[in-house]
Amino acid sequence: MSAPPFRFVATPRRVREDRRFVAGRGNYVADVNLPGMLHVALVPSQHAAARIVAIDASSALAIPGVRAVVTGAELAAAVDPLMNGLDTPRVRRLPLAVGQVRYNGEWVAAVAAESRALAEDAAERVDVAYEPLPFVLDPEQALRPESPAVHPDHGSNVLLDRTFVWGDVEQHFARSPRRLSFRVTWGRNSTVPVETFGVVAAWDPWNEILDVWASIQMPKYADQIARALRVPANAVRVHYDVDVGGSYGVKRGIKHTVLAGYLARRLARPVRLIEDRLENMRAGDAHGPDRIFDVAVAFDDDGVINSMKMRALDNVGAYAGRAPFQLGKPIGAIVGPYRIRSVEYRAISVTTNKAAQEAVRGFGQSPTNYAIETAIERVAAALNLDRIEVRRRNFIRKDEFPYLIPSGTRYDSGDYQTVVDKVLAHVGGPKLQQERDRLRQDGWLAGIGIAACLEPSGGNSAFEPLLNPKNTTTTWMESCRINVDALGHVTAAIHTTSSGQGHETLAATVIGEVLEIDPDRIRIVRPDSLASLPGNSPVGSRMAIMLGGAAFHAAEKLKRKLVAIAAQQFGCSDQAVDYAAGAVAERNGTRRLDWGELVTIAHRNFHLLPPGFEPGLEVTHVMQVPTGTALPTQDGRVQMYPCHSFEFHLVLVAIDPELGKPGFRRYVIGHDCGTVINPAIVKGMTLGGIAHGIGAALLEEFVYDDQGQMISQSFMDYVLPSAHEVPEIEIVHHCTPSPFTVFGQKGSGESGYLGAPAAVASAINDAVAPLGLAFTKLPIRMSELSDAVAAARASGKDRTRTGAA
Amino acid sequence: MKADLNVNAKAVSVEVEPRTTLLDCLRDQLGLTGTHAGCEHGICGACTVLLDGEPVRSCLMFAVQADGYAITTIEAVAPAPGELSIVQDAFCETHGLQCGYCTPGMILTAEALLRRIPDPTRADIVNAISANICRCTGYGQIVEAVALAAKRLAGSNVPRALPPGDGA
Repeated sequence: MSAPPFRFVATPRRVREDRRFVAGRGNYVADVNLPGMLHVALVPSQHAAARIVAIDASSALAIPGVRAVVTGAELAAAVDPLMNGLDTPRVRRLPLAVGQVRYNGEWVAAVAAESRALAEDAAERVDVAYEPLPFVLDPEQALRPESPAVHPDHGSNVLLDRTFVWGDVEQHFARSPRRLSFRVTWGRNSTVPVETFGVVAAWDPWNEILDVWASIQMPKYADQIARALRVPANAVRVHYDVDVGGSYGVKRGIKHTVLAGYLARRLARPVRLIEDRLENMRAGDAHGPDRIFDVAVAFDDDGVINSMKMRALDNVGAYAGRAPFQLGKPIGAIVGPYRIRSVEYRAISVTTNKAAQEAVRGFGQSPTNYAIETAIERVAAALNLDRIEVRRRNFIRKDEFPYLIPSGTRYDSGDYQTVVDKVLAHVGGPKLQQERDRLRQDGWLAGIGIAACLEPSGGNSAFEPLLNPKNTTTTWMESCRINVDALGHVTAAIHTTSSGQGHETLAATVIGEVLEIDPDRIRIVRPDSLASLPGNSPVGSRMAIMLGGAAFHAAEKLKRKLVAIAAQQFGCSDQAVDYAAGAVAERNGTRRLDWGELVTIAHRNFHLLPPGFEPGLEVTHVMQVPTGTALPTQDGRVQMYPCHSFEFHLVLVAIDPELGKPGFRRYVIGHDCGTVINPAIVKGMTLGGIAHGIGAALLEEFVYDDQGQMISQSFMDYVLPSAHEVPEIEIVHHCTPSPFTVFGQKGSGESGYLGAPAAVASAINDAVAPLGLAFTKLPIRMSELSDAVAAARASGKDRTRTGAA
Repeated sequence: MKADLNVNAKAVSVEVEPRTTLLDCLRDQLGLTGTHAGCEHGICGACTVLLDGEPVRSCLMFAVQADGYAITTIEAVAPAPGELSIVQDAFCETHGLQCGYCTPGMILTAEALLRRIPDPTRADIVNAISANICRCTGYGQIVEAVALAAKRLAGSNVPRALPPGDGA
């Protein structure tokens, strides 16, 4: 389709934030250095589960420069438990363990000292006496009534067990000629930003205000701090001008902040708590989904899938938080890009003695996509059909949008067939397969990986009322304020921290587009939380849609003000003038007022303003998510996110059969996220998402041994992809605008990651299929690959050596 | 104990504990916060600085060990306040970053590479930056930035600065 007539949107423009970062002049939380600041180190639990018998801090407190050692018992008396997403009041969570530890590494006590080094020295001298308790790590074991309950007061390990049935699943299963079922497992990984979580808190007793600087990405952060610390919400001031060194979902450090805030008040000194890497990995409470899927599909002989049953069992670890909602969000795209007519979905969330889970990029969607895509692959294999052809036969067609899926979400738009066509044309049709076959003849285990999936975007919180009937939230807004000063310069305020998404560039581009003025001349500021309009932070792939939308509507309001001011001077109606590039002119006349003149009237000539106008030139807009404003129905149908980006991955992998080391020979992604506001930003997010997905598929996992000790605690054991592991990626663009957004934009913050794990798994499984092998658990490690290949070859099942493929 | 350091072509004398890392000394005592702590065990490269022009992990050495070397941090890369080096500008041009946390280390690694190999191949670039973890970008636009910087440096009439302490 032809490009819409934009001036700045969708054009290659620099990202304004980059200048300060390339100079090393970002303002990260570790750069906040307040006079008299104390530093915190944590005392970790050595056990997976144990009763805390006694804590002796005397030798720690004897070290000069150590100011306090605080325990869970002290903290529990002073602060309220942290918020749970589900209605599970007896799953109590506090920043420090109270009476009992529930996972290896859990914080038992905190030391505040004049330096971090001193605090660490003292933490080692805090003597904790434990009485070990039985523990459980495996989610299926955790389900059994005889298993030790992680929270005995809750009565069991089950936080959520709900079955949804959308459509006539049993009939579709009964009438379909074919059925198959399988299990796949998603290993516990996370986004693991290079910057750990950190917070600085300072209490001003004379003004009774808590100032907070944090590397945070969390909706309603200030509210949650205030509630837990039992202070008014207007006594918590979060500084949003802190640059966040990566988050991708997980930087929710509420327990860190409540602890630091408590210490800052008690000690009347600023307090800094910055995780070291070990604390981050082990007890930052930032692990991602850890999930077993049991899937059954009913389908026709031609590969059309009629119905799906999915059971998702998620191991959230020791505490609840928002993590169980990660089973809820995928309900908004539970059929992926496919026309599956009915679905049964059983979502089970259990506690175990692992670290607590947090929101991770995609909020549960990437694991779900991996399960759905595995179903497609299995159907193709069962029917001996081409894997892309099976996807095509099941795709929702372009002319069916907006398309209502069984679970109640209406997909906005899409053209999946065309994206696939474009990708296949890009790789030269059958050439990729020919290359795979050539590699196989050369002795490689070569495979083609395929994944088609959706990125729901524009995040609301429709999963909250869906999974917690006591929660009636349907509001999920974002805001923007624009002020034109008396000299005519434009300043816009955004009300969130950012972790690399380029929100300053986004807002400036959108406002410049609407006002037809140079975005580079627009100043973007971030007021603190007390000076901010309401917002919900950059979660759920929402900011292009929501901050972009709020900025657009604010700029439109400003434009309408300028038009009204001019029309007043001309003595005509607002409809008889035209706005262009900052000036307003009569449509059928010669009079014209330029930007400077209009600004002067607004700021200095009250006598010329239209009646009822406020002086100055300032507008605000608070925008609600475009759809998803209703509560769920009784049978559990709800409109989840408004927009649905599409991605189609096509990957060629060659595995060294001796080493088991997979290498990418080709990685192509077809991507359709509607109108792209800044191409460089979207490209970066997509490439970064794929890199993250490659990590999830091949490398990354938080592993616990059978004693409940976490054994992947450093970057030597938890391996992040380097430039060697990430191939050169080719992006094929397509644009199907969303009808629900101001420019037709959709989300892209999770792009790449939502399909890459499925695509890589698909490629590996295609490569090892001739050996009779299939991997059903991520990550597929090199060591497992080489062992499995060696065993298969030794058993004589190998068809690769006879040239069969 | 006292350490006499040469940081960004200036002589500074610092009082440090023997166990103080060069990273902590640069950040906490010299206020050079462009050098970032990522893993503090030598894997991620966010703390990269140049010692006599070679990239090193400032988290893996003690401040006192840096005595006698020319230390270059990100703060010394920009030619003037508000003015970017060719490498920094190339990172802006290709958007070879997102959150900016690994970026100072990446830029110093790239500066060192381009001094050593003025016309690097893609493999050279990948090899060099593979010492630094970036979680945002998937490296694609970083590789593009370094290649662009090489091209621009080759076509520029700016004298190629030798690493401090080298040559002269």
